[in-house]
Amino acid sequence: MSFHPNEVARRARVATGGLVVAFVVLLGAFFRTQVLQNSQYALQSETNRLREVPLPAPRGIIYDRNGKVIAENVPGYSVSVLAPTADSLRAMLRRLGETIPLSPGQIELSVRRYGRAPNRPTAILADASFDIVSVLEEHRVEFPGLIIQSAPKRHYPDAAAVAAFVGYTGEITEAELSSRGYRGYKAGQQVGKGGLEKEYEDKLRGKEGTRFVEVDARGRVVREAGAREDLLPEGAPPLYTNIDMDLQRFTVSLFGDTLQGGAIAIDPETGAVLAMHSAPTFDPNRFIGGIPADYWRELNTDPRKPLYNKVIQGRYPPGSTWKLATATWALENGIVTLDDVMPTPCTGGYQFGNRYFHDWDPRGHGSISLAKAIEVSCDVYFYQLGIKIGITRLVAGGVALGFRDRTGIDLPNESAPLFPYSDDYYNKRFGPRGWNSSVVLNLAIGQGENSQTVASMARFYTALATDGQAARPSIVRRTEPQRTRIFQLTDAQMAGLRRALTGVVSVGGTAAASKVEGLVIAGKTGSAQNTEDATKTHSWFVGFAPADHPKIVVAVLLELGGHGGHAARLASAIMARYLKATPVSLPPTAG
Amino acid sequence: MRAERKAIPDFPLAAIALLLSVYGILMVYSAGQTDAPTVVARLYRSQIIWLGVSLVGAFAISRASVRFLEWAAWPAYLGTVAILASLFVLGSGAGDAASSKSWLTIGGHRIGQPSELAKITVVLMLARVLAGVREPPKLLVELWRPALVVGVPIVLILAAGDLGSSIVFVGIFFAMLFWAGVPWLTLVLLASPIVSLIGASSTWVWGAWFFLLILLVWRYRPYLIEGIGVVLANVFMGIIAPIIWDHKLKAYQRQRLLVFLDPSSDPRASGYHVIQSQVAIGSGGWLGKGFTMGSQKRLAFLPAQHTDFIFSVVGEELGFIGVTLALSLFLVLFLRSVRIATRANDSFSSLVAFGLAASWFVHVGENVGMTLNLMPITGIPLPFFSYGGSFMLASWLAVGILLRISSEGRGRADTLAI
Repeated sequence: MSFHPNEVARRARVATGGLVVAFVVLLGAFFRTQVLQNSQYALQSETNRLREVPLPAPRGIIYDRNGKVIAENVPGYSVSVLAPTADSLRAMLRRLGETIPLSPGQIELSVRRYGRAPNRPTAILADASFDIVSVLEEHRVEFPGLIIQSAPKRHYPDAAAVAAFVGYTGEITEAELSSRGYRGYKAGQQVGKGGLEKEYEDKLRGKEGTRFVEVDARGRVVREAGAREDLLPEGAPPLYTNIDMDLQRFTVSLFGDTLQGGAIAIDPETGAVLAMHSAPTFDPNRFIGGIPADYWRELNTDPRKPLYNKVIQGRYPPGSTWKLATATWALENGIVTLDDVMPTPCTGGYQFGNRYFHDWDPRGHGSISLAKAIEVSCDVYFYQLGIKIGITRLVAGGVALGFRDRTGIDLPNESAPLFPYSDDYYNKRFGPRGWNSSVVLNLAIGQGENSQTVASMARFYTALATDGQAARPSIVRRTEPQRTRIFQLTDAQMAGLRRALTGVVSVGGTAAASKVEGLVIAGKTGSAQNTEDATKTHSWFVGFAPADHPKIVVAVLLELGGHGGHAARLASAIMARYLKATPVSLPPTAG
Repeated sequence: MRAERKAIPDFPLAAIALLLSVYGILMVYSAGQTDAPTVVARLYRSQIIWLGVSLVGAFAISRASVRFLEWAAWPAYLGTVAILASLFVLGSGAGDAASSKSWLTIGGHRIGQPSELAKITVVLMLARVLAGVREPPKLLVELWRPALVVGVPIVLILAAGDLGSSIVFVGIFFAMLFWAGVPWLTLVLLASPIVSLIGASSTWVWGAWFFLLILLVWRYRPYLIEGIGVVLANVFMGIIAPIIWDHKLKAYQRQRLLVFLDPSSDPRASGYHVIQSQVAIGSGGWLGKGFTMGSQKRLAFLPAQHTDFIFSVVGEELGFIGVTLALSLFLVLFLRSVRIATRANDSFSSLVAFGLAASWFVHVGENVGMTLNLMPITGIPLPFFSYGGSFMLASWLAVGILLRISSEGRGRADTLAI
């Protein structure tokens, strides 16, 4: 064909031009990728090769008022795995299952965890024993994606003794992760699950750190350290509480293994919770790193409900401890004085309409004053006082005294007491014609449509112990006590009420057996009839000491504990312990 | 015009080829430097041996005169076809292309990839056929002889499952027709069925192309039968394309083409290679991460990093500067080759020189373009860089032939500049 030099030269020019254009296009493409888009690709390359391994922050240490440790962190080990795909994770866990105990359920759980955050190490064992860690270290070469690291582990030195308020920690759940309150949390993190751990999660959690490990295309860890500087975790500052661990342990020991109920001790001036116990209890240490299934089942099937907090969740008819509410409101509103005698003397019962209302003491109390009626807990006196007040005013009085309100204690899941919002409640409940004014007789002595928590009764008595202001109970130390005035009595009335309450714990009173040498205790027993057992009453005692200048309010409830005197013995022992006095008679170990 | 009758071989060409080979072996060495060592770590040694063998081969073939090559074109071509045909019995796959049969295997020993050497013999044979034609073809049918020369090996190689190499032959074919002086329009009409085949994926693209083709046929006014033939061929390709797509292409080949259009469509599997390659190159920046220091490569994120994707290692470790150096060397290599083709003594030599350069060009363009997703992934190696003996030898044989042609061509004083 045509190979004339001019023709060839022309084609050479075209070819050269084509080559140069191709060269420029290619070079331009490389310039764009390497220079203009460099930062974007450099980042991709980094995320390609680096995996973030979270370094859990040690949670804040929880101290009691004297610097004793309530919750601390001890060294533990966590085992996690970096895997490129869910399938390879499953395969690896199956092989891992030949070396360490790993159930199919655990494997599936881990695969689900992986699905949520494939680039984070998938937690396999949140709390691995030293034995398992040793075995895994031996086989480390066979499992290149395995990450074993020491992780701070929560520990409660007093274990079951602090379960009522400290709570426990556990891995964040899927539901929590998607809720607003846990924004910023990542799968696999430990969070407070109850008690103080949950209530003060924000303060206790600290700041998680990050370690960067380098992985290859198959997800094998090729370099453990130095890939990028670690971000060290920041521990949370300690949390100081009002709890007196000495008193707490003593309170727990009073309940022993057999008594069932709750107790709370509060400083009436500040609301500081000195001790709080719910019996039977559980060991929060066993909850750390996953609750063993059999322990969980055991706790849930126990009829005594160990997981149910009997101080802030349990609701019980307050019984005679509530007579002070009736009395206080009547005094404040000038309906009676402490010396007033009711028209009908107590002969062991009271006829109202076509119904006969019994006194707890069939022998009767005779014609007595309000002060004496409190001391001997005369039901007949309070029946008549209730009638005098009337149902509408008595219900309104209870509401005004805060018997429908939560105490506001700094713990999660507190129950509100049950109390009518007004006498309209009875219309709603029984129908307008379904009830009559006799309900006021029951309400006046703390029975009927009234269920209070132990904490709520303690709160009311902080007002009796001071000047009518109720303190909001607080476990964590607060700079300013929060107190709310719920009633206003004259100094003389207050002194008279306290004198009457002192009589309860004196010779002739309902809790005479709980007298403490050298300590004047004021308080009120209660033996509350309940729906659980017709033959046994709940045993209540709420009181304070010393009577003239109260430093401690104690409320004790013993479920089906019989007469209030039983609870009084525990309460007086707690007061005595706190005020360094000796009880005259030792409390019963069982009741 | 001929100031010096006897020219000396184009030593700068040899020097550039040698530079590229050394550069390439360094990169093969680097490709083996991974955090989890593999067999690739030792391959640079055999690549050095192959370079030695290739240099000897290049020297030997440069001793053969162009006339001898012209004479030997026929037997070499027939031998090549015979060997390619024998692959159906003796072929085996290797590495990423394990399903193909492009390796000549005798007694369990893999001798080499005949398709690499076939590129040279086909260039020689095409040059011989085209040099014999005196007038530019009036009829497309007149191109049946060169078409047959290329068509037979293409069919054989396609049958062995090596799509990439067959594309190189198509590139060589068109480049040499262009160099032989076949008019543009003839080339376009000849290429039109291929365009139809590719364009058929979209009815609109194909329709537009078909309209353009009708205009071209109208203006070019070929013989009636031929015009109808071209149009029918286009219609046929447009119809057959979906059938080929569905039935003839293997699943991985379809995936590669889809991924070329959108790598993120399959980021974990097929798109993975392209994305990782782009990340490697892009993260290199101006100066790269340093020789042997590429993290994408070290951690095995790069696929086939010592063969098909070796240029990604260049980009990651030596950055834009390293890429510019390599591409510049290639550009000079091509320009020198075109210069040799321009100054060749006769049309056969000229066509051989241009054909060999075109073969390199197709390889470089496709391979380098693929690393940035400018081209679909086909598994075509990068000359002088990719690990592989047959290809290294073939590339150096081409250098030897070019040297011989340059030494027989016109000298330095020639006024014809490129």
